[in-house]
Parts: sequence; C-alpha cells; structure tokens
Amino acid sequence: MSTPLLSARDVNVRFGITRPGDMPWTKPRRLHAVNGVSFDIMPGQTLGVVGESGCGKSTLARALIRTVPATGQVIWEGREDLLALSPRKMLAYRSDIQMIFQDPLASLNPRMTLGQIISEPLRTHRPDLSRDEVRTRVARIMDRVGLLPQMINRYPHEFSGGQCQRIGIARALAVEPKLLICDEPVSALDVSIQAQVVELLQELQRDLNLAILFIAHDLSVVKHISDEVMVLYLGRVMEAAPKERLYTDPQHPYTQALMSAVPVPDPKIERTKTIIPLSGDLPSPMSPPSGCVFRTRCPRAQADCAETVPAPGTDVHRCACLHPGPLSAEEVA
Amino acid sequence: MVANQHKMEALADRLSEEDPVAGRSLWADARRRFFANRAAVAGLGILLVVALFAAFGGLIAQWSNEELDYAVMGAIATEGAPSLSNGHYFGTDDLGRDLFARTVQGTQVSLMVGLVGALVAVVVGTIYGATAGYVGGRVDSVMMRAVDILMAIPYMFVLILILVMYGRSMTALFVGLGLISWLEMSRIVRGQTLSLKNREFIEAARATGVPAVTIIRRHVVPNLLGVIAVYATLLVPLMILTESFISFLGLGVQEPLTSLGALISEGAGTIAYGTIWQLGFPLLFFCLTLFGFFFVGDGLRDALDPKDR
Ligand SMILES: Nc1ncnc2c1ncn2[C@@H]1O[C@H](COP(=O)(O)OP(=O)(O)OP(=O)(O)O)[C@@H](O)[C@H]1O
Ligand code: SF4
Ligand SMILES: [Mg+2]
Repeated sequence: MSTPLLSARDVNVRFGITRPGDMPWTKPRRLHAVNGVSFDIMPGQTLGVVGESGCGKSTLARALIRTVPATGQVIWEGREDLLALSPRKMLAYRSDIQMIFQDPLASLNPRMTLGQIISEPLRTHRPDLSRDEVRTRVARIMDRVGLLPQMINRYPHEFSGGQCQRIGIARALAVEPKLLICDEPVSALDVSIQAQVVELLQELQRDLNLAILFIAHDLSVVKHISDEVMVLYLGRVMEAAPKERLYTDPQHPYTQALMSAVPVPDPKIERTKTIIPLSGDLPSPMSPPSGCVFRTRCPRAQADCAETVPAPGTDVHRCACLHPGPLSAEEVA
Repeated sequence: MVANQHKMEALADRLSEEDPVAGRSLWADARRRFFANRAAVAGLGILLVVALFAAFGGLIAQWSNEELDYAVMGAIATEGAPSLSNGHYFGTDDLGRDLFARTVQGTQVSLMVGLVGALVAVVVGTIYGATAGYVGGRVDSVMMRAVDILMAIPYMFVLILILVMYGRSMTALFVGLGLISWLEMSRIVRGQTLSLKNREFIEAARATGVPAVTIIRRHVVPNLLGVIAVYATLLVPLMILTESFISFLGLGVQEPLTSLGALISEGAGTIAYGTIWQLGFPLLFFCLTLFGFFFVGDGLRDALDPKDR
C-alpha cells in the first residue's frame, strides 16, 4: 500500500472557555472539541467527514491547517509531523493544504476585487512570479472553475453564492495544493447549485489528482464524492469505513440513525424505509456523557456503555461501539 | 439543461460586456449614498465654505489681525461696528483689532486643533486597537486595561493641569488633546477587529500563511476604514469643543494667537457694552463648523452602514 498523503493520529483539540464574569485567575472550563481522531487520506482520494452541527468537524479541519492549537500527530506524506513544525517551517506546507469554507461570501474580503482575492495565496507563496505570470495563472484558474475573465475587477458582493464558492475554489487551487479541505462547501447553496459545485470539485479532483477532505452534516451529500467516510459525534470517531461498506453495512447505531434520514430516490424503497428517530438532544460538549458519548441517545445502550469508552480500533471498518451490528428486527419496528 | 442555460448566460454576459468591467466597490456604493443625502451634502458645502474662509480670508481682510485701529479706539461700540467703509467687515474687537482677520485666524486655529486631534486619534487609536484586537489574549487584556485606566482619569482635569504646568502653548494643547483623543477610538477599533477576526476571510488568509502584519494591513484595516472615517469626522467637532471650553476658561491658546473659543469668550465678556458682533461672528463660524462636521459624520455613517435602512 502506498503512503498516505496525510495521516492524522490521535488528534485532540481542547478549548478553554472563559465566561465574561470570570475572574482572571479562575481556571477556564475545558471543551474537548476533537477527541482522539485518527484517519488517513490517500493521494487523489476523498474522505468524507459527517456529523451533526457542533460535533467538531470544522475544528478538526482547523487543527489540520493549524489555526487552532491541537495535540497529536498529523503526518504529511509519511515524513513530517505538521503539528510539531515551527510556524516558519509550516509555511512551506500551507500551499499544499488549502481550504474552502462553509459561507462562500463571508470567506471573501468585501474590499478586495476577485483578482486580488484569487491571487493572494499566489503572491504569498510565489513571490518569485512576475505580475504578468500571476495574472495568467489567475486567468487560467478562473477559466478552470467557470468564472468569466471580465469579472476580474468585480467585488464579492456582486456575485451569487455559487459564484462566490467558485471564487473560493479558484483561490484555493491557484497554488496547486495536494489536499483540499472543503468545510461544508455546499450547505449554504441552493440544491441545484450544490450539484454543480460538487460536480466541479469532482472534475477538478480527477484532473489535478487532488485529495479532498469533504465535511458535511449529513450522509447524502458525501455519498457521491467520498471514497471513505468517517462519522463523528461529540468530537469522537463513531464509525469509519470505505464508502461501500459504510453505506451497505453500517455497524454503529448512530450511523444507522443518520442513514435512515438519507432520502432514497426510489419511492418504493422510500416508503418501506424506516426512520430511526434520534431521541433526546445533543448533550453539551462541555460535559459529555461518561463511557460511550452516544449512550444518552442510543437505542441499544446497556449498563456497560456508561462505564467503558468504546475504542474504534484500527480495522479498515472502524466502529466505536460495544454492541456493534446491523439493525436488529425490534429496532426497525 | 442546467449546463446549457449556464452557457447561454455566459454568452449573454460576454456579449453585453466585452471588456473587464470595473466592479462597483463598496466605496463607490457608499459615495453614491452619501451624495444622495441632502443633509450630508449641505454639511460638506458648509465645511467647504468654512475651509475657504480659513484659507483665503486673510487675502480679503483689509487689516492684519495684530494692528490696532486707533480711529475706532475709545468708541468701539459706535465706531467699531461692522462696516464696509472702514474695512472692518466684522467690526473690531475690544482693543480695536479687526475682527474679520481675528475670526479667520481663530477658525484656522480651531480647525487645526480639531484635525490634529482627530489625526492623532486615527493613527494611534487604529494601530493600538487593531493590534490589541488581532493579537488577542493576554496582550489584548493588558493593552485594554491600560486604556481603561487612562479613561478613568478625568481628562479635563489633566488637560488643565498640563496647561498650567507647562505654560499655555499650542504644543502643550496638542499634546494634551492628542493624549486623550485616541482612547475611545482604540476601543472602537479593537471591538470591530475582534468581530472581524472571526470572519472566514481572515481565517482563509491565516490558513494560507499570510503574515499577521499583512493581514492587519490588507484585511483588517480596510474593513475598519468606514468606522474610522465616521468616528474621526465626529471627533473633530468634539476636539474643537474641548479646545473652546478650555479657551473659555482662559487656559487655551495664548495671545496674540486666538481660537474661535477664545473669541467667543472675549465676545461674551464685552456683550454688556452693546458690541454684539464680537460674540456673533465667532459664534456663527463656530456653529457652522460644528454642524458641518456633524452632518458629514452622520451622512458617512448612513452611507457606510446601509443595514440601518
Ligand atoms: N474558538 C473556539 N473557542 C471555544 N469553543 C469553540 C471554538 N470553536 C469551536 N468551539 C466549540 O467546539 C465545538 C465544535 O465546533 P465546530 O465548529 O467544530 O463544529 P462543527 O461540527 O463544524 O459544526 P457546524 O456543522 O455547525 O459547522 C462546538 O461546541 C463549538 O462551540
Ligand atoms: S457503545 Fe453502547 S451506547 Fe455506545 S453506541 Fe454502542 S451500544 Fe450505543
Ligand atoms: Mg463547521
């Protein structure tokens, strides 16, 4: 097997939460936003990351690009631990990992023209390029993502959401990264535009041999684009497997619940399909349940679930559950 | 189908606009809204008149601001009244000096005080506030506590103390006003920077590895300029008012220099002798200046923050 482009091992992110009224010496409360997450991304492949809002997906992405402090290891091409690099050394890898964001308009500086926005990473990482070379590269990438050349002097607020996301993609790809992190890139877009943007990403991935970390909050969006899917809950990995395995044979009750919410195009299946409702609310990430974090909402929870923290293991198909298995008859009923 | 439609639209776009179009920047939008605001335009007009008066009034004046007109001395209330024939367009002051020339001089000084005060506030306050807000954490706490402490000191008291201790000079006045003017500005800028810092485009720049100084210069400050411009235009009249108050107390600029505040003070002192013009003309220019700045400041605020409408 080839070496992964990026392999994360036991990544943890903890935030210190200080409330406005706190005295300077009171200890901040800990929020464990990402808890022992490990995964590999192969060159040119896509890892889908799925989980409810607030489960730490964006924080995981930020940990990889080091805009939040994280512990653990993020090994790049089997050589360098990105989390251990000095900020100066890290700079060299920042052009290899680029990110596009959830809110397309908010990710573009309203005071800069499209040309200035797209060329910023180039100007940062390739100061050796002349202005003309930068201009040709910007023009080429704009054409590649479907933006018209005469738009170059326009400002972000003059564009639609879908076009703004194309600008974000162009900015990310201008420096020819190897890994593209897409943090819910289509959640803010209309359904018809969503398909266009996902299609564009897939096309670019094929042509440029891009690896993609694709974040979404439901399983249906990542289904087309992913090679492997990882399900997160309260900062922990619940289940991770190659796409086929996960969609046909989910083992974890949380994945099964998420799966039941995925709409099926065939109306016959749709009617016979069972919806497993997730009972109860998401627990506060400040005080997660003991043992298995999912136990407060798990239909299969038993006494031992409150004591032992299930480990996901290291198989191809990882599942952090003490009682894994396909949906049983009484659960469906 | 969708792709086809996309292509059609692209084609239509291409046909209608051959050349790269200059985009409408947010600034251009704001300019349009500003000039659509009648009060703001009137304010701008007033300020223009006051500025022209301060800059070129000296050329029209028949007398210098220091000469004493011995012809009117002793009978100021009758002979010193505004008149075109003897060249005292605004009359004379108590000592027989030409009030037109004095008002020109006073307007110059007051405008300078206001503009210099605001300039110090803009430069120091922006750099200080943006740094505190962007760096955050402990640095931010320390920097903003320092501002809190400085703000807790009654500034008028300090200003008066400085003027009494170091003599009543222009320099002391500028230093005193400069010291206090940037505090509020740095707070405002820091607050805005904090909210900007969490915006995704700043995160995008950080993720790409743009250096912090460049982020502040390229991404933070341009997005603060609106707030800074509004606050600075509103700060100018406040500085003028502060200076006038100090001059009114007799601690401001020293003779032979004068300011609108000092002239108003003198005019108010002699009003019992029936020389109403000695109060009226300085007061007129004082009010015009203040109104002008307030109107323009309000106009800028509305123009730059279209969410309110
Ligand atoms: N800078 C921060 N300081 C403190 N807590 C944070 C910070 N950023 C995120 N959190 C907390 O960490 C948890 C995970 O947040 P995160 O943004 O990663 O969620 P998410 O899965 O991306 O959600 P969404 O789908 O809404 O984007 C949340 O509880 C959030 O409140
Ligand atoms: S460990 Fe227990 S509570 Fe957690 S998912 Fe499995 S069965 Fe449910
Ligand atoms: Mg998120």
